[in-house]
Amino acid sequence: MDPGIFLDNHPHAKFFISKGADAMTWSGLLETSLPKFGQIGAVLAIFFGFYALAFAAGSRIQGKRQNGWALALFLVPGISLAMIGLGIPAFQTFIESFKSADSSQWVGFSNYTKAAQDPDLRLAFFNTMSWVIIGPIIVTSLGLALATMLNKMKREALAKSLIFMPMAISFVGGSLIWKLMYQYQEPGAPQTGLIGQIMQSLGIPLQHLLLWSPWNNLFLIAVYVWASVGFAMVILSAAIKNIPQDIEEAASLDGASGLRLFRTVTVPMVKTTIIVVLTTSMVGTLKLFDVVRTMTGGNFKTDVLSNRMFDEHFVYFNNGRGSTLAMFIFFGVLPIIIYNIRSLRAERQH
Amino acid sequence: MAKTLKKNKPLVAKNNRPFTSPIASAIVSVIAILWTIPTFGLVVTSFRDKEAILSSGWWASFTNPSFTLANFREVLFTGGGSLGAEGMIPFAVNSLAITIPAVVLSVGFGLMAAYALAWIPFRFSDHVFYGLFALQGVPLQLSLLPLLTFFATGVELFDRQIIPPLGIVGTLAAVWFPHVMFGMPLVTYLLHNFVSALPRELLEAARVDGANHFEVFRRIVLPLSLPAIASIAIFQFLWIWNDLLVGLVFAGGTDDVAPLTLHLSNLSGSLGSKWENVAPAALFSIIIPLIVFFSLQRYFVRGLLAGSVKS
Repeated sequence: MDPGIFLDNHPHAKFFISKGADAMTWSGLLETSLPKFGQIGAVLAIFFGFYALAFAAGSRIQGKRQNGWALALFLVPGISLAMIGLGIPAFQTFIESFKSADSSQWVGFSNYTKAAQDPDLRLAFFNTMSWVIIGPIIVTSLGLALATMLNKMKREALAKSLIFMPMAISFVGGSLIWKLMYQYQEPGAPQTGLIGQIMQSLGIPLQHLLLWSPWNNLFLIAVYVWASVGFAMVILSAAIKNIPQDIEEAASLDGASGLRLFRTVTVPMVKTTIIVVLTTSMVGTLKLFDVVRTMTGGNFKTDVLSNRMFDEHFVYFNNGRGSTLAMFIFFGVLPIIIYNIRSLRAERQH
Repeated sequence: MAKTLKKNKPLVAKNNRPFTSPIASAIVSVIAILWTIPTFGLVVTSFRDKEAILSSGWWASFTNPSFTLANFREVLFTGGGSLGAEGMIPFAVNSLAITIPAVVLSVGFGLMAAYALAWIPFRFSDHVFYGLFALQGVPLQLSLLPLLTFFATGVELFDRQIIPPLGIVGTLAAVWFPHVMFGMPLVTYLLHNFVSALPRELLEAARVDGANHFEVFRRIVLPLSLPAIASIAIFQFLWIWNDLLVGLVFAGGTDDVAPLTLHLSNLSGSLGSKWENVAPAALFSIIIPLIVFFSLQRYFVRGLLAGSVKS
């Protein structure tokens, strides 16, 4: 039985609850919050204080020496933070992936070969692949369709805001919003989930959507699509508005319209942006963790690499395997990083 | 002639969409409504009483209304049971105490690094820039455990302690500090896009007048970059406020520093389908980002575009 429910129904519930701590009081809240706000203030004071002094001193430096000082104060902190936080740890994880569970011995590639054979991990692989393929394709194509239609709309601001809104909601919040939509009750009983209600009204056999393997993966991906389409739409919409007017007009004078105009003018003109949206979305789905964590916890055959990696590290304490899974995520991202750097270089050389 | 052309311009701009279509408008409107229904369902549910939630769906409230504020009172003020003793507000304070320093520091360091990469010539400038850009792609999953270990034990090399443990494990700093580090590559890259596009003549004129890098940054780059700073700060704010993974790893099990998302995620695990608690808790957690989003949407969109659409 859920201990929370037990406490609520217990005759001495008040006693049990108040023994731990009292309900929130404004004075108690103030007491615990003040030090935290104090910390915010202290951090900001140190940061701005230091740089105020640095700028006051720095503005007196003249000549060649100023470059060195400016680099030291402007660039070194940022680069160091990125290196300490991402660069060096990523390298450490690479090394760890060749070590045993407690990092005490070298095991060569055995983490990799074992990972490839473990049926649970294979499933996590397969699910991650479905996420990476299905999610971005739906997000990008729906985003492109919406952006194209928005372009033909008169008052677009409200619709745009509403579709974009889920982007401001955390994936945890979004997952709960959809958990409510997916709620299941016995057939015949009044449904409390909207999807269940619709299925019941249409006479479709009811399913416990989050337990219904393998389709439950699609219902999780739907949460991602719901949250991310706005992003794709806004960016593609801006790209479409950048298409020179005369090109579209010339094409339509030549008799192109509707789908043909879309295929021969719109898509080729915004190709670069489509690729940006698609790859950003692929990286996002590859790393995505919150939705699976909140909705199913990776149960009911919905596990994905990033959730599994978290469990290996922090639940089973198998560092070797956790690092190996992180490396798999990295290998998935690697081609996209290389592609992006190449196009960035090409752009910079122009 | 020139004058009439100028006068006509707004008219042309107004008509710049020759292909408006009622069908497209209808489809988009339907999708916009569909996109809003799930969130709307959560809002309605969080105001319904316990019995109503158990016996019917939220749409039933329109025919048979039974609204209450008791759910919010319980979640925010009464606490108790799995809700934790003190309700949700302390976690919102934690989220603020994590988000504000992380946003200010990442944008501050990012802007300075962006200026350095764009306007201070030095050897390997390009290589540093590409390196930073590459780090942007590194999944933060790769750095969770090593970084946590670094916070806890410092750096030991050949059995000698080179860097002592930072002593921040279990504090708010252990949560916002990683956010600053993880945000560096993207923030710097986005701000670099903006800062490097500032007019060269302007900066060079100031340099000819004797201003050094510190003065150019403070007097020209900083004020001109305010719109970009605003949009990227909003972007970072939403991203950090909404994060679960970093909070889960670096706040550990300590309620004292856990952000709102982490608490919400724990609640949904322990409360299961007690929607009279989960729904208002979820609504409370998304209310601040939604306010930020709707009031500052314009800047937010501009920030997104700065990074993704090349002019």
